[in-house]
Amino acid sequence: MPHELILLKNMSQPGYTGSLADYERAGGYQAIRKVLGKMPPGDVTDLVKRSGLRGRGGAGFPTGVKWSFIPKDHPGPRYLCCNADESEPGTFKDRQLMERDPHQMIEGMIIASYAIGVRIAYIYIRGEFVMGAKILERALAEAYKAGYLGENILGTGFAVDIYVHRGAGAYICGEETALLESLEGKRGLPRTKPPFPATNGLFNKPTVVNNVETLANLPYIVNRGVEWFMAIGNPPKSTGTRVFCLSGHIKRPGNYEVPMGITFREMIYDIAGGMRGDKPLKAFIPGGASASFFTSQHLDVKMDFESVAQAGSMLGSGGVTVMEEGTCMVWAAENLLHFFNHESCGKCTPCREGSSWLLQILRRIEHGKGKMEDLGTLARLCPNIAGRTVCAFGDAEIAPILSTLQYFRDEYETHVREQRCPFRRAPAPDLIAVGHG
Amino acid sequence: MLIEPYKDRIAEILGRYPEKRAALLPLLWLAQETQGYVSEEAMREIAGLLDLTPPQVFETVTFYSMYNLRPIGRFHIQVCRSLMCALVGAENLLSWIDAKLGLKTGGTTPDRMFSLHQVECLASCGTGPMMQINDEYYERLTQAKVNRILDDLRRDGKSDLASGPFMFPEPSNKSSESSCRTN
Repeated sequence: MPHELILLKNMSQPGYTGSLADYERAGGYQAIRKVLGKMPPGDVTDLVKRSGLRGRGGAGFPTGVKWSFIPKDHPGPRYLCCNADESEPGTFKDRQLMERDPHQMIEGMIIASYAIGVRIAYIYIRGEFVMGAKILERALAEAYKAGYLGENILGTGFAVDIYVHRGAGAYICGEETALLESLEGKRGLPRTKPPFPATNGLFNKPTVVNNVETLANLPYIVNRGVEWFMAIGNPPKSTGTRVFCLSGHIKRPGNYEVPMGITFREMIYDIAGGMRGDKPLKAFIPGGASASFFTSQHLDVKMDFESVAQAGSMLGSGGVTVMEEGTCMVWAAENLLHFFNHESCGKCTPCREGSSWLLQILRRIEHGKGKMEDLGTLARLCPNIAGRTVCAFGDAEIAPILSTLQYFRDEYETHVREQRCPFRRAPAPDLIAVGHG
Repeated sequence: MLIEPYKDRIAEILGRYPEKRAALLPLLWLAQETQGYVSEEAMREIAGLLDLTPPQVFETVTFYSMYNLRPIGRFHIQVCRSLMCALVGAENLLSWIDAKLGLKTGGTTPDRMFSLHQVECLASCGTGPMMQINDEYYERLTQAKVNRILDDLRRDGKSDLASGPFMFPEPSNKSSESSCRTN
């Protein structure tokens, strides 16, 4: 079925550069004309609430509701942070949105700032995105020059400044309270909640943190209305499109924008061309490295928040990683645990120590030194990590293990019984544990 | 040494934030940009600028993986090792770099041109295997491309195989033989 592109539409036009002129020609910066000075800020929040827009960063929290938690009578400054830290393995949509069409996200930030009453907003972009940061700086300069940023925007008296703030290499800074700590110039350790950022956020002031893709949706909701947006996807809980990131053993990897609610089968086989080499699909991750693995039996699950959650995983950040028959699941889990072990911030003991133990056990099994009781140890360790940490990282790190143990237990047992990885032809060079920080 | 020549830039950075400490990461970037790494001297200077103690700066620097605490090779190769790239040949990429430069993870070539590290996901999963060298991404790599990139860098200091803005992935119709993880 044909889908209307929204966020990826401009950039899919030949010759579109993402410049201010291109964006304006495509209808850009019309939404702020309808909002600034024309709508009371509370009405903008209400509009976003009614649209059903949910956060595209991972947690899927309703955006308008998040905004409405900002205390209305707070006298001091409030802040907006755009979360452009995109570091969930398997996710690469925000980079495309920022680098190919930066102004739609900036316009979204202006709308959000107006709704919340923000004077200074920050874009927290991961340190590796040097190109993205340069493109955003250029786009911001264009927007200032055109009078869309700074003082008295479009003569309405509304003012907002946006600054780009680069991270420096830490996955956890995508967690919103860790992001705030990092922006304040500290180690990126997640904060204990409550209090929530809506009351005690950046510099201890009321703060909203929204993902790039979430913000990019705002101009379109303003321009085309709540009814239009509500009709896309799988309403009422999953409205709008998602930009899904397809990677792994797939013929046409890349970002695809589709209405939420199509099935994984349609996405993988009809839209992304099916499996590379036409091998059977063995497993896939439906929503970034923090999401539990699915298998071929889940191909008809719908790609919306509720359906994926009901099937035992999460839609998360939209990163879909596909693995063909012949891929070792113990190896895959070990690879992901290496990631989680490396990126655990170290604040909470169950996560810090647990990720290291889990990795050691998986490595032992994968490298032919496992014992049968290791499987029981894994199953016992995991629930002692999940739910016992300040942030959701603890729940994330056990997802690859518990789900592969659930669906591919025989594979773990074969590793232990044969004291080798049945999928490896020769000892491979290790993708080894290296952090240089 | 850091402060004098960059007074204006430092003032501009400080102006973005209501609290001084928030300028810490940007100032560390400035230090690394000018010296290639974050020296102890730079950390002390930055601490003075922001009314922090040197240990407060140090504890923050060591949390982040991108700040180098000592000089490294002129070109810092960072190979993505996360699952998405590993599925499409991150191990091969490491072996190509080793074959070309005799360089293993964590090492630096004797001429101090290249240093190699493995890093976690760089958000380029549709165009793996991939690596970042200094500020540039290099994607959809093959052995021939890697050889050319490394030759270009050694000779010219840059390579036109660097990706521009977000590289649209191309259909991969290759059979799975390039994968290191399939039979």
